[in-house]
Amino acid sequence: MAKVKSLADLKKMKEQLQSDISLREKSEHPEGMVQVKVAMATCGIASGAKDVMEFFTGNLQKRNVDAIVTQTGCMGYCYAEPTVEVKLPGQDPVVYGFVDVKKADEIIEKYIKQGELVDGIIPVNYETIDKK
Amino acid sequence: MKDIALHILDIAQNSVSAGASLIVIETVEKPSADTLTVTISDNGCGMDSETVRKVTDPWFTSRTTRRVGLGIPLFMQSAVQAGGNLDISSGPGKGTKICAVFCHSHIDRPPKGDIAGVISMLAGANPLIDFVYRHVYEDIEYRFDTREVKKILEDIPLNEPSVIGYMKEMIGENISGLEG
Repeated sequence: MAKVKSLADLKKMKEQLQSDISLREKSEHPEGMVQVKVAMATCGIASGAKDVMEFFTGNLQKRNVDAIVTQTGCMGYCYAEPTVEVKLPGQDPVVYGFVDVKKADEIIEKYIKQGELVDGIIPVNYETIDKK
Repeated sequence: MKDIALHILDIAQNSVSAGASLIVIETVEKPSADTLTVTISDNGCGMDSETVRKVTDPWFTSRTTRRVGLGIPLFMQSAVQAGGNLDISSGPGKGTKICAVFCHSHIDRPPKGDIAGVISMLAGANPLIDFVYRHVYEDIEYRFDTREVKKILEDIPLNEPSVIGYMKEMIGENISGLEG
């Protein structure tokens, strides 16, 4: 595939994008989607959250997982950054600490796809934060 | 923070929190004058002079989850270590402008890093906010504006993973072309 270098190139991709989206929307219900939140405050970014975020955004789609990947702020677990909150449909969210690309891969394959808990959960009760 | 791109990602979050609807990020490289200037400006809520004075203090933060705020202090340290400085101008209701100047050839000047990845990530993560990214190398300039992208893509949201990928590709190709 040719590289997108200009707005005109981007325009050419429009049809492809639209069909990708409509294909997915057929099976889409927001509550039924996996939600992944990557903590991206100073502490997270300094520890590598950007690479983890890019990995989740790119790979969940490639592996056909219906998911929303968003950024969140610092939950106070700066020592364990990068942290990632994963919420499977109908379940309580789980927070993983010290997530790198390898761990992210394990989270997708084991936890998200098979519902099997993976090592590295931060064992503290918490509530999703709205504001950073 | 390993590079300038990560500082931008971090500092721009402050603009997001300030409720900005437009965030303008600029990198101006002038090796002839030995400067690299990074400017992040927004039209968010702004800060009063007292707050502006306090934000460079690592013990000041607007957060409640912890007691330190290192984003701006780290950015400032980075600039000062590279023979430059950091300047903040802001006022309530006037938005905020943060400008860091680095000595381009200084051995401690951080690498630029993955700026294209950062800008596309910011645009994708905040589809309701408009982002402008300007990269100037000497006299040539590349300008990216999410408003133009939105106009072309119409109903396709910017948080669509492939769109983020294309934006990254487009920005990356253009800014690496500037130096060539």
